[in-house]
Formats: sequence, structure tokens, C-alpha cells
Amino acid sequence: MFAQFTGTDRYIASLELQEAVNVALALQRPLLIKGEPGTGKTLLAEAVAEALGRPMFTWHVKSTSKAQEGLYVYDAVQRLHDSRFGDKDVGDIRQYIRFGGLGQAFLHPAPAVVLIDEVDKADLEFPNDLLHELDQMSFEVIETGDQHKAQHRPLVIITSNNEKELPDAFLRRCIFHFIAFPERDLMGRIVRVHHPQVRQTLIDEAIARFYWLRGLPELRKKPSTSELIDWIAALVRGGLDPEDLTDRVPFLGSLLKKEQDLEAFDRHRKRKGWT
Amino acid sequence: MTAPAAAAARPEPLFLDFFYLLRVNGVPVSTREWLMFVECLAMGLAAADLHRFYALARATLVKSERHYDIFDRVFAHFFAGAEAPAGLADAVERWLEQPLPVPQLSPEELALLERHDPEELRRMFEERLKEQDERHDGGNKWIGTGGTSPFGHSGQNPQGIRVGGSGGGRSAIQIASQRRFREYRSDLTLDVRQLSVALRRLRRLGRDGRATEVDIDGTIDATAKNAGDLDVRLHPPRENRLKVLLLMDVGGSMDPFADLCSRLFSAAHGATHFREFHAFYFHNCVYEAVWRDARMTDAMTTRELLRWLQPETRLIFVGDAFMAPYELFAQYGAIDYWHHNEQAGIGWLQKLAQHFRKAAWLNPMPEQYWHHSTISAIGDIIPMFELTLDGLDRAIEELQ
Repeated sequence: MFAQFTGTDRYIASLELQEAVNVALALQRPLLIKGEPGTGKTLLAEAVAEALGRPMFTWHVKSTSKAQEGLYVYDAVQRLHDSRFGDKDVGDIRQYIRFGGLGQAFLHPAPAVVLIDEVDKADLEFPNDLLHELDQMSFEVIETGDQHKAQHRPLVIITSNNEKELPDAFLRRCIFHFIAFPERDLMGRIVRVHHPQVRQTLIDEAIARFYWLRGLPELRKKPSTSELIDWIAALVRGGLDPEDLTDRVPFLGSLLKKEQDLEAFDRHRKRKGWT
Repeated sequence: MTAPAAAAARPEPLFLDFFYLLRVNGVPVSTREWLMFVECLAMGLAAADLHRFYALARATLVKSERHYDIFDRVFAHFFAGAEAPAGLADAVERWLEQPLPVPQLSPEELALLERHDPEELRRMFEERLKEQDERHDGGNKWIGTGGTSPFGHSGQNPQGIRVGGSGGGRSAIQIASQRRFREYRSDLTLDVRQLSVALRRLRRLGRDGRATEVDIDGTIDATAKNAGDLDVRLHPPRENRLKVLLLMDVGGSMDPFADLCSRLFSAAHGATHFREFHAFYFHNCVYEAVWRDARMTDAMTTRELLRWLQPETRLIFVGDAFMAPYELFAQYGAIDYWHHNEQAGIGWLQKLAQHFRKAAWLNPMPEQYWHHSTISAIGDIIPMFELTLDGLDRAIEELQ
């Protein structure tokens, strides 16, 4: 039987998401997760690692990232530097090889989880450069000629914010799941695991207010789940009651981050005669 | 991927039809993905639970949320015996906007799926088309806009194919669908990715800004001159210095090309390699203002635009350049009644062309229809290219 992921105490996963994780585990294929920012894409990897009791390695992709950096980096400058002072054996090139998140996960002696975060930030060809390594789960360190092959194929979780189209060849190899924005019911459960102590009436009011805000058509950036959770934390710390939400939105700054959005809110506020 | 041979040979005919139906409806499922799905079933992952079966199929077969909706409808239709996919009208519309290639499998794929008969697939495809055609008669948006669009007046469908007349009374949809069979290859090539790849050639590399990268050659040189004592040299990373301004027409006659234009837009927008990328919208012709949004609520004056962006910014227009002559040549000729332009549109275009050293106009309309007065007048000011892969390549050469 395969290891099964069903979410954790702190991470509520829909049945589709659970199934996607389990398929990725069973087929040993990378899992590609897309969704609006703040829907818990990155948290998923931590939750899966926790639930399966596996160590987690992370590789944050940046716009300048090269595919090879996830495997290893050769620090030529350090080596040059050491050659000057002669306090290390610069003939041993291996001590200047540093393994990246993906490389570490391949080398780990037990099954691991590796998160390749925000793959769409990098160059268009970036995912294609990883195809071979993700298929074979092996790589070569060119400087030393060493071949490294994963003894245990790690679960690779890749997140994308949809800033770029990903290449088809890459997509075909992945299991895919899109985290839709949670419905109110699910949102209630998600908020509950983060704020188990908070009064239900306050949570209900806050969620109602939150979905109303998200529904404003003018908003450039709709508030996300993580912002809702932070907002409720702020409400609690501010000692506010559910009634305080009926005609105003305290700590608005934790939900709306753009000036245009605040202006749009202002117009609605005036129309409703709020304070 | 090496799927168990047994799994490959075992797919139930029922599920194979599901595979074809997905493809026919525009979910680009590959054989590789299909085999992944079958492998999951063979492992017993779905158990006997329809919900899990659904989740499993979706996770393995669908790779974009854009296709979730189609997948859901096909799934419901196929497995629950529900009604035929709802919203057939949109489906046809989408088909016309983005003609579906006839699913064509490579020899290896064919070998894997020996039971598959391409002719049957084509027949299914055409039957579906006929069905959609019937449902669609009368309310077709294309025909609808055709009536108000310039193309409608001249009796052509938006792709420039005759409706009626020589067509012998066939409907625009039938003709458009025939066109898809004939030309799907060139349509197929103009997806976002291919546009991105073309746009990526648009760059001017240079070392600018902070020195953060080790200059290996420089360091070795300096170290050698320094009698072997290390002398690290840095230089700024090589980066694209190109700035791009995209001006897009969202006028009514551009509606048929909306999908193509949005693909170009997302390709350009997604291209992170430009130093700066700005996009603005206009309606038919540029006058004293352009808009930051396609709904045209957030304006910037064209003068401000000219002051703001330096002449080395590359200017790309996207539009059909097709309008009534007075809209281009006359003072107060703008199509919107509230818009009193002191200067004729052509004057503004000349200003833009003079300010920016390099400019190109991408026209989604085929070149054979460019003899219209406004199109040729604009083409005289700004080099015009077809919005096809070839045209884009030539435009990029112009902009380099």
C-alpha cells in the first residue's frame, strides 16, 4: 500500500488535492500546484512532509535561477580565494561543490519531499532544463564527473503562480492540481484550524465581510486566505467584537494593499454610510 | 515513461471514448498522460469511488485550470449520463476563436492505441460540429458581430472568407470549420509559448548597473598580472536593456481577433526579459489619450506617454488598422461621440512614429486585405506585419 496523504491538523486539503498528492506519490511523478497567491501552495509541501514524516528540502526559484543551481553550485570564487591563503586543499574540488535543494533531496538516504517554489519566476526554458533530472532523478557534477542517483525518489512538489506558461513537455510529466479559492464552508474550516480559540460569531462575521470585499469588482488585488487569517489575528489582538464589523472594516490595511483598492473601498464605504 | 505493457493493452473501450471526447472538446490529453491515468487505475488507486476516480482522472489528464470546465462537462456527460455539455454556444465560439486541430497522433501513439481509428475520430469530430452548428444557428455572435463589423458589410467572415455568394449558401461556421481543417497547422503554431519564444529574440544585451558577477576572464588576467596574487574582478551581469511599449486596438472590428491578441499580450507580458514592458489600449486609432485597461477607464494622455518613454523604447502596435477614413484623417473623427480630437488620428500616429526610433504594426488581418485606405496609410507611417509567426519574426527584425 502507498503512503496516503489526507491533510494535517493544520492543513485542510480538499479530496481532489489529497488524491493529486497520492497519485504523485504512487506514480513517483512531480506534482505541479497552481492557484491564486495565498491559497497555501507552499504550505502544502510542508504539510505533506509532516504528514508522511519525511524531511523537506526547498528550492526557491528566482528570475535568475538556472536549472543546475537546484542540483549543485560550484563555488569557483571560494576556491580561488583559498588558493591564495592555502588553508585548504584546493586540489579537492568536492569541497567547493554545494548541493541545492533538489540535489540534497536526491542524495538523502530516505524518501524526502522537495519543494520547487514558484517555478514560473525563472526563464521560459527553465522547466525544460529539469526534465531529464526529474525523470531520471539523477545528475552529474560536471566538475568532478561524479554521478549521483537518487536511492529513493523524492516527492517533488512544484508551485506556479501562473506568471508564465509552462512548456507542454514539462506539463505532460506532471500531476496537476489547481487550488481553487476556497468556498465559504471550507474557508470556515481553514480559519478554524488557525484560530481554534476565537469565537465562532467573530469568525463568521469576518468571513462574511471578507467575501464581500473580494466581491468588489474594482479590486486590483483580491485579499487572499493568508491575509484573512492575519486579519482575524489582528481583530483578536485588537479585542474587537463581531458587532464592530457591521459598519466598518478595522485593520483594513491587512486585507487591501493597493492604493487604488483602498480608494475603491472608500467609495463603497461612503455609499453605505459607514464610518 | 514506461507504463506496464499490460496496462497499455487493457484500456476499456468505454474509457478510450472518454479520452477521445476530451481531446475532441479541446482538452489536450496526450497518450503519455492517458497511460499515466490507466496506470493509476491498474494500481487500484481509484478503488470503487467515483469521486476519487474523478480526482484521479483530472490530476493526470488535465494540466491547466483553463480546461477544468470542459473536463467537468465531458466527465459529467460521459460518466453520469447527464445532459450534453452545457453552453454549446460558447463551445462553438471558442472553437472558432481557436480552431482545434484534428487530433493527430504520432506513429508511436498510433502503435500504442492500435484500436484507435483516425477516421472514426474525425467522424465524431464532425458530428459534434454539426450538432453545435444546429444549436447555434440564429444566435451566433460571430454572425451577429459580422453584421456590424466592416467585414460583415462586405460579406466576408472575420477571417476574410466569403460567406454566401461563391460559398453557395453555406453558413459561416461551416466555412470557418473547413478552414480549420486546412490551416490548423499555422493556427497551432501561434500559441502563447511560440509567441514568447519569438519575442525572446527581441533583446539588446548589455552590461549595465551594479557589478555583481565575477568576471572570470578579467580575474584570471588581473591575477596573472598581479604575479599570481588573487585579484577578483567583478562586472555587471549581462541583461536585456530593451524597453517595449505595446499599444493594442480594442475596437469593435478587433473582436474576432481578441483571443489571438490576448495570447500575444500574455506572451509579451510574461516575457520577463524586457527591462520595461508597458501596455496600453486604444479604440481604432490613437488620439490624444491611451488607456491602461481594455475597458478604457484609466487614461494617460499621449503627450504624457511621449514625455515618459524614451525614443529607444520599441513601439509595437497591434490592430487591424481598419476604420472609416474620417476616423483616421479627420479632425473630430474619433468613433466615440464624446471624443473631440483636435488633431486627426494620423497626426498622432506620425508623432508616435517620429518619437520612437523603432516601431512595428502587427495586423491580425491577412495581408491580402490591406489595400483598404486606412490600412495602407498607416502602413506607410509604421512598418506593418501580419500577426502570424512569420510576420512576428519579420517585425522583430525591424525592431532590433
